[in-house]
Amino acid sequence: MDSAKWVGMQILRMAVLLAAVTVTVFALLSLSPVDPLTTNVGQTALGSMSAEQVKKLQEYWGVGVPPTVRFLGWAKDLLRGDLGISLLYRRPVIEVIGERFFNSVWLMAAAWILSGLIGFFLGVLAGRKRGGTADKLVTGYCLITASTPAFWIAMVLLMVFAVWLKWLPIGLAVPIGMSSADVSLSDRIAHMILPALALSMTGISNIALHTREKLAAVMESDYVLFARARGETERSVLIRHGLRNIALPALTLQFASVSEIFGGSVLVEQVFSYPGLGQAAVTAGLGSDVPLLMGITVITAAVVFGGNTAANILYGLIDPRMRKGRKKR
Amino acid sequence: MKITNRRRKMVLWMVLTVLLLIGVTVAGWLVGEKAAVTDFSRKNLAPCLAYPFGTDFMGRDMFLRTLAGISSSIRLGLITAAVSAVIAFFMGMASAVLGRTADALISGLIDLIMGIPHILLLILISYACGKGFWGVTVGISLTHWTSLARLIRGEVLQLKESNYIKIASRLGHGKLKAAAVHMTPHLLPQLITGLVLMFPHAILHEASITFLGFGLPPEEPAVGIILSESMKYLVMGKWWLALFPGLFLAAAVLLFHFLGQGIALLLDPENAHR
Repeated sequence: MDSAKWVGMQILRMAVLLAAVTVTVFALLSLSPVDPLTTNVGQTALGSMSAEQVKKLQEYWGVGVPPTVRFLGWAKDLLRGDLGISLLYRRPVIEVIGERFFNSVWLMAAAWILSGLIGFFLGVLAGRKRGGTADKLVTGYCLITASTPAFWIAMVLLMVFAVWLKWLPIGLAVPIGMSSADVSLSDRIAHMILPALALSMTGISNIALHTREKLAAVMESDYVLFARARGETERSVLIRHGLRNIALPALTLQFASVSEIFGGSVLVEQVFSYPGLGQAAVTAGLGSDVPLLMGITVITAAVVFGGNTAANILYGLIDPRMRKGRKKR
Repeated sequence: MKITNRRRKMVLWMVLTVLLLIGVTVAGWLVGEKAAVTDFSRKNLAPCLAYPFGTDFMGRDMFLRTLAGISSSIRLGLITAAVSAVIAFFMGMASAVLGRTADALISGLIDLIMGIPHILLLILISYACGKGFWGVTVGISLTHWTSLARLIRGEVLQLKESNYIKIASRLGHGKLKAAAVHMTPHLLPQLITGLVLMFPHAILHEASITFLGFGLPPEEPAVGIILSESMKYLVMGKWWLALFPGLFLAAAVLLFHFLGQGIALLLDPENAHR
């Protein structure tokens, strides 16, 4: 199989998975026994309404329309690039997502890069010598952060830096009561520091532990022993044998962490009332806003699959062993 | 004069850990009623001798609530991790034994589950089940089996090539019988290790999803509920409402983690000499 064909297969596979995601998510959402009217309007308000009003509301929330009809209608619009209209925000889903995405993307990108770099660095530090002091410190840190709920770390940061020390704002993405024209870049950054920090702190542990594992395996291998016996310095062993061998797994890991960062952002945004994509997902879920929830899931799944496919393709193109393996088949 | 070696010492530590965790679970269960007692004469107290974790806005004893919350987290973690491990076992086995189509289907399913961010998938499943207890339980059970299933699949594929399985099939044992009689005992250690190492994830995800409002109902003394309630009071400087419950949850999760690693070490034949 040549490379172009293989890349095509990877992309096709991603498209199939994405289609499966939309069907699954829609099935899950239509299975739900949650009645959108009681959650959003309330039992008492419903009781005092006339039958006509209730019927109008039911029509608005799509109660009683068969799921298959709804799905086909939704999918047809999706192909034209229309994600429907959010029932809670009363605006096109794509607009809501776009606005939220703009807030979230910097937060997530900062956390993604920070956790990737620091995680990799700590992993190298620890994996260089398994059982050393650096290793013990790093694995200790990783164990503790991995055992702590992400949102609790966010809460502790909020307590320390926003409530006690009053260095940074408590929540939201911009100062309260300020029109968007007056908000400066430094305001936005100040509001982003704590959420980004909380998000990176939890993201580091996974990357550091995996990097450590891989590097330690390399450093304990026979060829490293032989390199040392040849008289190579520790530094050159690390750079020429260690880092080269763990570069590719680190790449895959970094792309795979996109999904985890998004998951963490849902929790962290909730703690800081940060108006991002994750918070919108929670609001949509609690308020039975099916079009918005569908839109967010499809778009994040596309980003995650895109990341994984990119990593797969890069891996296959860069790694000489993978190239050869494909040719043999 | 050396009575204990490292293995014995580790077993002793693990037994103590298990006893501690069982103690917390049982105590939290028994204390359930008392944890919900409200008393407005003692509301918003900072930690003191009588109430080591302080009290909340309704005068509930935070120490008892934390205990009850961690207990319910552990119980829920046990159920969900067990269900997940069983699913993982059957999925892994099926994808390795039942041929190519089954393998492709199951690995597609695993990719599908892993492609949606975990928290988002939990929200979706919980929503599909109408939130509440069943929402979390079904959600966590259905999403945690993927990596263990992959592990078991790999193991079974290796086993299939081993001589004793080949001999069994020559002797006329069917695929299913070989899987049940000859492979299962071999896979049990991995399954148990995977099960215990799944607890920490299950517990943390339960707390997260409850915190977001898709999990246990507000009447339950769950850690997620306690923490989401405390959010409103953090700004007023009531740090004890959030600090201790989170700290103790993390401690419980860490204990489970060490337990899992200990079991993995003990069951791994490569470490038998230690």
